[in-house]
Amino acid sequence: MNLSGLIHLFVFPGLLFAVPAAWFFVWGEHKAAARMQRRIGPPLLQPFYDFVKLLGKRTPSRRGIEADLLRLYPALSVLSLLGALALLPVFPAGVSFSGDSILLVALLELPSICFILAGFTSGSIYGEIGAIREAVLSVANNLVFLLAIVTVAVTRQTFRLADLAGPTTNPGHWLGVLGILLCIPAKLRLNPFSTSSAEQEIYSGPLTEYAGAALGMWKLAHGLEWVALTGLVASLVLPAGGEWVLHALLFVAVSFVQVLLLSAIAAGTARFTLDRSIRFYWRWAAILAILAISSAIYMGYRS
Amino acid sequence: MNILKKLMHKSRCKSPSLFHLNTGSCNGCDIELVTCLSPRYDVEQLGIHLEGSPRHADILCVTGPVTRATLEAVKTVYAQVCEPKAVVALGSCPASCNVFAGSPVIEGPLSKHIPVDVYVPGCPPHPDAIINGIARAAQILAERGVREEAKGEPQK
Repeated sequence: MNLSGLIHLFVFPGLLFAVPAAWFFVWGEHKAAARMQRRIGPPLLQPFYDFVKLLGKRTPSRRGIEADLLRLYPALSVLSLLGALALLPVFPAGVSFSGDSILLVALLELPSICFILAGFTSGSIYGEIGAIREAVLSVANNLVFLLAIVTVAVTRQTFRLADLAGPTTNPGHWLGVLGILLCIPAKLRLNPFSTSSAEQEIYSGPLTEYAGAALGMWKLAHGLEWVALTGLVASLVLPAGGEWVLHALLFVAVSFVQVLLLSAIAAGTARFTLDRSIRFYWRWAAILAILAISSAIYMGYRS
Repeated sequence: MNILKKLMHKSRCKSPSLFHLNTGSCNGCDIELVTCLSPRYDVEQLGIHLEGSPRHADILCVTGPVTRATLEAVKTVYAQVCEPKAVVALGSCPASCNVFAGSPVIEGPLSKHIPVDVYVPGCPPHPDAIINGIARAAQILAERGVREEAKGEPQK
């Protein structure tokens, strides 16, 4: 791996940037919800304090293969999200190869799969219900998510992320970005698509049996999902090139605006039942996605 | 090493997660506890948040006089909360059984069954008093954490 790749993985937008950004975005999520309810909301360092506190909890020891698996899932989620962040085309000179957007989609999907597996492995009835809901929701939103990514790829005739970055005049690109934005609430388990972690019904869903450091890793993974998914949209709409400091600041700003927007929507909506969530994605969002991809293919033939 | 301990102490003070356990309360104290989360009192400023699972919690908030039917649940839930932990008894019922004292179906007061750190008396207590009690419990919890880490692992 070359130096630029290492910088992507460990400095920006990887580990060194992503972990504080994850805490910052989680703070933004809670703060936006608080402001929507006319509350003051948590202090800036709250997600950091939560994380440190969880590291200091003494958890009951489990033995056997389940214990190892339950420790493995959150770690795997965090690692795969860091890998996904390293692939983001924030700097044009980063690691980029043909088909890396497919790898990005796979890495973004891994935390959801780990979440489902954690629910089934924990043996808790609430975990199992939450895992089933997450699995169904993941099938529902991934149809739209994949179609949106493919739409963006078709408008540029490539699966290379470095060539997908930046805005174009092609409407297919913007419809694709809209499709990705529509899927972010379900991927982050935000209202109105929060059935899989509906605390009033199933406590914390798949995370019910988690405690201490492993729970802290899950919370970190949630923050990293914020950074990765909003970062993907930001890198698709921001013009590439220019001063790198300015570009990085714009990248954070655009991501953070999405965090505030999606949290405000989450605070302003009630929870959909599972079948309503599926109907939303497989009917309305899917119509948009299919229109987007067919128009993108049509435009490709015409030009 | 010292600075890490200070950070841990501060984090425990700043981030108390509550688990709310009703042991046969009349719902008065429960409503007052939920009021603390409302815009008027907004305990999220202090980092206090309610959790759905006792495994995620630091502070157990108990309301009610501990009826016979809930006694086992109290012990189970207390055991599920990971160390370091603290217990806040909300209202007069867990402290003294209140008007239910002497009833054959009441197993209270709470301190007969699990160690209680902070009592918030009142029927029901004022939300300000509840917030004060939780903040004190967070202090107690943080200091207990430091003590136990200095001693090594606890015997349990």
